[in-house]
Amino acid sequence: MQFGLNESQELLRSNARKFFAAECPSERVRQLMETDTAYDAALWAKMAEQGYTGIIFPEEYGGVGLGTVDLILLMEEAGRALLPGPLFSTVALAGAAIDAVADASSKKKYLEPICSGEACATLAFLEREANWDAGALATTATNGKLNGEKLFVTDAAVTDFIVVAAQNGVYVVNVKAPGLAIERMNGIDMTRKIYALTFNDTPAEKIGETSALGKPLNVATAALAAELVGGMQRTLDMTVEYAKVRKQFGKPIGSYQAVQHQCADMYLETESARSAAYYAAWTLQENTPESATATSIAKMYASDAARTVGNRGIQVHGGMGFTWENDVQLYYKRAKASETMLGDATFHRERIARAAIDTPVHETAKTA
Amino acid sequence: MDLNLTPQETAFRDELRAWLAANLPKDWDAWREKPLEESFPYLRAWQKKLSADGWAAVSWPKEYGGRSATLMESAIFWEEMARVEAPPMANSLGLGLIGPTIIAFGTEEQKRRFIPKILSAEEIWCQGFSEPNAGSDLASLQTEARLDGHHYIVNGQKVWTSYGWVGSWCELVVRTDPAAPKHKGLTVLLVDMKSPGVEVRPLRQMTGESEFNEIFFRDVRVSVANVLGKVNDGWNVAVSTLMYERGSYGARLHLIFKRNITRLIELSRKFVGNGKPASEDPVIRQKLAQCYAEIEIMRLNQMRAFSRITATGVPGPEGSIQKIFWSELNQRLQQLAQEILGPYGQLTAGDARAVDKGIWSYGYLRTRGNTIEAGTSEVQRNIIGHFVLGLPRSY
Repeated sequence: MQFGLNESQELLRSNARKFFAAECPSERVRQLMETDTAYDAALWAKMAEQGYTGIIFPEEYGGVGLGTVDLILLMEEAGRALLPGPLFSTVALAGAAIDAVADASSKKKYLEPICSGEACATLAFLEREANWDAGALATTATNGKLNGEKLFVTDAAVTDFIVVAAQNGVYVVNVKAPGLAIERMNGIDMTRKIYALTFNDTPAEKIGETSALGKPLNVATAALAAELVGGMQRTLDMTVEYAKVRKQFGKPIGSYQAVQHQCADMYLETESARSAAYYAAWTLQENTPESATATSIAKMYASDAARTVGNRGIQVHGGMGFTWENDVQLYYKRAKASETMLGDATFHRERIARAAIDTPVHETAKTA
Repeated sequence: MDLNLTPQETAFRDELRAWLAANLPKDWDAWREKPLEESFPYLRAWQKKLSADGWAAVSWPKEYGGRSATLMESAIFWEEMARVEAPPMANSLGLGLIGPTIIAFGTEEQKRRFIPKILSAEEIWCQGFSEPNAGSDLASLQTEARLDGHHYIVNGQKVWTSYGWVGSWCELVVRTDPAAPKHKGLTVLLVDMKSPGVEVRPLRQMTGESEFNEIFFRDVRVSVANVLGKVNDGWNVAVSTLMYERGSYGARLHLIFKRNITRLIELSRKFVGNGKPASEDPVIRQKLAQCYAEIEIMRLNQMRAFSRITATGVPGPEGSIQKIFWSELNQRLQQLAQEILGPYGQLTAGDARAVDKGIWSYGYLRTRGNTIEAGTSEVQRNIIGHFVLGLPRSY
C-alpha cells in the first residue's frame, strides 16, 4: 500500500506545473478572462501536443490511456494555474461521458478529435431547477430532435459539439446545429464562462443511456475536487508569502498568531482535501465498491474547504486581498463557481448519508 | 499510488486475522464501559497475550520484541483491531510513546532492562512532562534534578500524568542546568515510581473521574544510569516522544472513531425525536454525513502521512495536522450525539433512562479535553505555522 505518487505520476505533475507556469502565467489568465470566451487556440494546440486532451482516453482513439489518478494530478495543476478555457469541460465532462456511454463508432467519431486537439466539447446537464440528479432531467429527444433548456453549461461557445444529458438518453449536438441558441450567463468566475442553451427541435445523435452517466460524472466530480485543491494550494502559497513580507506594527504579520493560525488552518484544509481527492481518484480508477461515496466525500470536503481557504486567504491579505489586482480574488471566484458545479457540499452529504445511514451499518462496515 | 495491499502486507493481515480469530476475548463487551481502575487487570492480561505472540508493538524492531513492521503494516494492525473492536492495551503510553523513545535514545542496558516489561505490561509507564506552570510552554518546566555523586536528587511537581495511579515507571523531564537557556538545560530521567519521596495524588477532572494524577517529587534519588539520552539534551528526547504522540496516535484513534460513528448512526435510527427517527431528519443526516466523511479523511491523511514518512524516514511536524483534525472532529461528533438525544443527552451512567449507559454525556465532557491534552490546538497551529509553513516564530 503506497499513498504517494510513483515516478511517472511525479513526472506528469512536475511537467504539468512547468507547462502551465510557462504557457499560462497569471498575466495571461487575466488577458483571457477579459475576452468573450477565455479560450486560447494556440494554448489548446500545445495542450493537445502534451497529450492533455487525451490523457484518460484509450490509445486506439489517439489518447494516452492513463488513469483517473493521472487526470486528477493534471487537473490539480490546471487549478493551481487557474487555467482558463475548456480543458475540464472537454476532457473531464464531455470526453469522460462519451468514453463511458458510447459505442466504438461514436467514440471514434468524437474522442479522436478531442484527443488530437481538433475539437473542444462540453456537457450540458443542469436545467432550471439546478438539480444534479439525473432522474430530474426534463430535456427530451423525440425522433432525433432535442427540446429543452440547459443552464450553467461551461465553455459552450468555444466547443465543436455538446454532450447533452436528456431524460431519455445521452445525445451529441453539433454546436452549429439548427435550433440551438447559446447565450452567455454572466457569472463571477471570468476564467470559465458559462452559458444558457435552448434546444428547439435541434437535431441530435443518441450515443448512450443516461443511466450510464453515473461513473463519468463521478470522474468529473473527483477531477473538479482536484482542481479546487490546486486552487487552494496556490491561495495558501500566496497567503503565506504575503504574511512573511507584509509588515505591520514593525513585524511581519505572519508572526502574529491570529494570522499564523489562519494559515495553519488553510494548510490543514488543503491537505485534507487533497487526501480525499486522491483517494476518490484511486477508487474510481480501480472501480472499487466505495468509489461513489469516496467521490462525494472528496467533493463535499473540497467545496467547503475551497471557500474557507479563500476566505482566510483574503482576510490575511487585508485590503490587498479585496483589490482587483490581487490574484487571490480570482481563485475565490473560481472556487465559488466550482463549489456548486457537480453538486455542492449539501448535495454530496446527502449522497454520503444514503450510503452510510440508509444501508445497514454492518454492510458499510464491511466495505469501508 | 497503489492502495492495494502488497503480498507481504496481505500475509501480515491474514496472520493477524487468524490470530485474532483464535485469541480475541469474547467477553470484552461486559468490561468495556467499566471504569479503567476495574478493567485494568483485564487490559493487562490482553496485552500480555498479544505480546506473547509478538503483536503488542508490531512496529518495534524484532530484536526488541516487535515485528519490524512497516508503517503501512502498523496501519493495517490498527485497522484490523478496529474492525474486530478489540480491547485497548493497558500500557498504551509505554507502547506508543515511551518504548519507541527508549529504543531511539536508550543505552543497550536500558533497552534490555525496560523494553520486555513494557511489552508484557508488567511495568506500566507514565509521562512526567506538564507542570502547574509549564503547559504549552513545556520548556519552562521547573522540576529540578541536582547531581549528587552517582544520583540525581529530584524535587518538583508534575500534573496531568495519565496512568500515574498505576504507573511503575515514569519518563520524567527535569531541569539539570538552571543557568542554561530553557531548552538547553533539560534532561530526561527514567524514574521508579516506588522510589522514596514520590507521591501520587488523583486529579479530579470535569467528568468526575481521576484519569490523571499530580505527582510530587521530594528529594527523590535517581541513578545516573537512568538518564535517557544525553544530559541537558532532554528537550530533543521529549520532543521525539511528542512526535510519536502526535504522529502515530491517529492510527489507533481510528479504532475509537469508527466505533463511535457506527454507534451514532445506529442511535440515529432508533432514537425518535420530533415524531421520526433522527436518521430521517435532513439536518441530522447532513451532520452525520459530515462526521462520517471527516473520519474517513482522518484515515486518509494518516495513510498519506505514513507514505511520506516511509519515504523520508522520520515523523515530522505534520503530525500536528492529525492532532488538530481528530480532536476537533471528536468534539463535533459528541455534540452531534447531544443534538440527536436532546434532553436525554445529559443523563449519566446509572440513570435508568440514560441511553447507552450514559456514554454520550461522558463522551461530550471527556472530548472537551481533547483539544487541550497532548498539545493544545493553539500550540499545534504554532507548529504548523512555524515548522511547516516557515512563518516567523510567534512566541
